[in-house]
Amino acid sequence: MTTATDSAPVLTVEGIRKSFGNKEILGGVDLSIRRGEIKVLIGPSGAGKSTLLQSINFLVMPDAGRICLEGRPVDPSDRKGLCLYRQQVGMIFQEFNLFDHLTALGNVEIGLVRVKKMKRSQARERAMAELERVGLGVHAHKYPAELSGGQKQRVSIARALALDPKVMLLDEPTSALDPELIGEVHAVIRDLGAAGMTMIMATHQIGFARALADEIIFMENGVVIEQGPPDKILDDADCERTREFCTKITELGGR
Amino acid sequence: MTGELGFIVNDLMPALMRGLWMSIRLIVPSAVLGFFLGVLAGSCRVYGVRALRWPADLYVALFRGFPLLVQLYIWYFGLPRIGIYLSPYVASVVGFSLCSGAYHSEYIRGALLSIKKGQLQAAQAVGMTRLQTILYVILPQAVRRALPGCGNEIIYLIKYSSLAYMVTCIELTGEGKIIASATFKYTEVFAVVGVIYLALVSVASWALGKIEDRLTIPGFEYHRA
Repeated sequence: MTTATDSAPVLTVEGIRKSFGNKEILGGVDLSIRRGEIKVLIGPSGAGKSTLLQSINFLVMPDAGRICLEGRPVDPSDRKGLCLYRQQVGMIFQEFNLFDHLTALGNVEIGLVRVKKMKRSQARERAMAELERVGLGVHAHKYPAELSGGQKQRVSIARALALDPKVMLLDEPTSALDPELIGEVHAVIRDLGAAGMTMIMATHQIGFARALADEIIFMENGVVIEQGPPDKILDDADCERTREFCTKITELGGR
Repeated sequence: MTGELGFIVNDLMPALMRGLWMSIRLIVPSAVLGFFLGVLAGSCRVYGVRALRWPADLYVALFRGFPLLVQLYIWYFGLPRIGIYLSPYVASVVGFSLCSGAYHSEYIRGALLSIKKGQLQAAQAVGMTRLQTILYVILPQAVRRALPGCGNEIIYLIKYSSLAYMVTCIELTGEGKIIASATFKYTEVFAVVGVIYLALVSVASWALGKIEDRLTIPGFEYHRA
C-alpha cells in the first residue's frame, strides 16, 4: 500500500497555527510527507483543510509553526526565497484560478518565462508537452472562458507541473466541477500519482481518496484528529468522531 | 467666392486647420502620458506600499480638486516665480497629462479592485514576485476592464484641451476666438469650431472602439447595446 521509503521527508509541517481575528482556524498541525507519498486530507467544511494547504504555500501566513522543504526551513520574510520555494510547491485551487487573459498555453508558459526566465521558444515547447500530458494539446490556444471546468482544472495542473514541483498541494480539485467532469480530473491526478508525484490533497471524494491515498488525515476544528492507511481510517477508525464522519461520507460517496 | 461661404473657406478654415493641428499635438501626447500616469497612480493606490500609496492619493486629490484652468495658470504663470519657464505648449501638455492621469487612475483603481483574489493567489503560487504579478497578471486584465472609462476620459480631454488658449497656446478654440473677435462673426466661427470638435470626438470614439476590439479576448468582451 504505502510507498514510504527510508528517505527523509520532502516536506515537513510543524505546529502550524492560524487565527483570523478571534477564530482559531488551525490549532497546531504537524505533517510530514516523503517522496512519492500521497496524503489526503478529509474532514468537514471549516475543518481547516484549505487554510492548511494555503499556509503550506504561505498564501496564508501562519501565525506560528515551521515548514521545511527537504530539511531546509522556509523563511517567508525572505521574499526571494519564498518565490523560489513556491516554484517547488505546486498549488491546485478549487476554483482553478487560471489567468483569465491568457490562453491555456499562455497560462502554462508564463511561469516558465517570467519566473524561471526560460527562453520563449523553449518555454512554449515545455508548456505544450505539459498540456499534452493532461490531454489538452488541441485546446492549447483557447482562453479559460472557452474551456469547461474540467479542462480548466487540467490546465491548472499542467501549469503547476511545468515548474517541476517537488510537492503538489491540491485543494479540493474537483469540488467546483459538474459531476460528469470529475472523472477526467481524477484520471490526471491518478496518473500523477502513478508517476511518483508527491501530493497532499484535500477532497470530499471518498472513493477517490481510498484508491489513491497512502495515508488519510482526518481533520476537524483546526487539528488532526486521526491519521492512517485509508482502510483503517475509513472503515475502522479508532476515534468515534472519525468513524461518524467517515460513515456519513461513505454512505454518500460509496466505497 | 464671396459672402459667408467665402469667409469660411478663405479666412476661417486655414486658421482653424492650423488650430486643429495644434489641438491634435496637445491631445495625443496628453492622452498617452495621462493614461500611463493613471496606470501608475492607480497601481500605487491599490497595490503600493504605504510610501507609494499616500503620494498617489495626494496626487489624485490635488489634481482632481483644483480646477484645470487654475492648474494651467500655475504651470504657465506661476512657475516662473520659482525660475521655471514652460512654453505655452509644454505647460498645457503638462497640465492636461497630470489632470487626466488623476481621472484615469480612478478608472484603473476600480478595475484593479474588480480582479478576483484567486488571480493574485495563482500568480504567487507559481512563484511570481509582487511586481511580476501586477505587471503580467493584474494589469493586463485591469486595463481591459478600465478601457471604456479611460476612453471616456480621453473624450473629455479632447474638449478641455480648448483651455490651452487661456495660457496663450493657440489651438482650435484660440484661433476661432481671434477671428471671431476681429470679425464679430461669433456664431459662424464657433459653429464651425464646434463641428470640428464633434468630428474629432467621433474619430476618437471610433479609434477607441477599434482598440477595445483589438484587445478583446474571450471572457473580456464588451457587449455593446
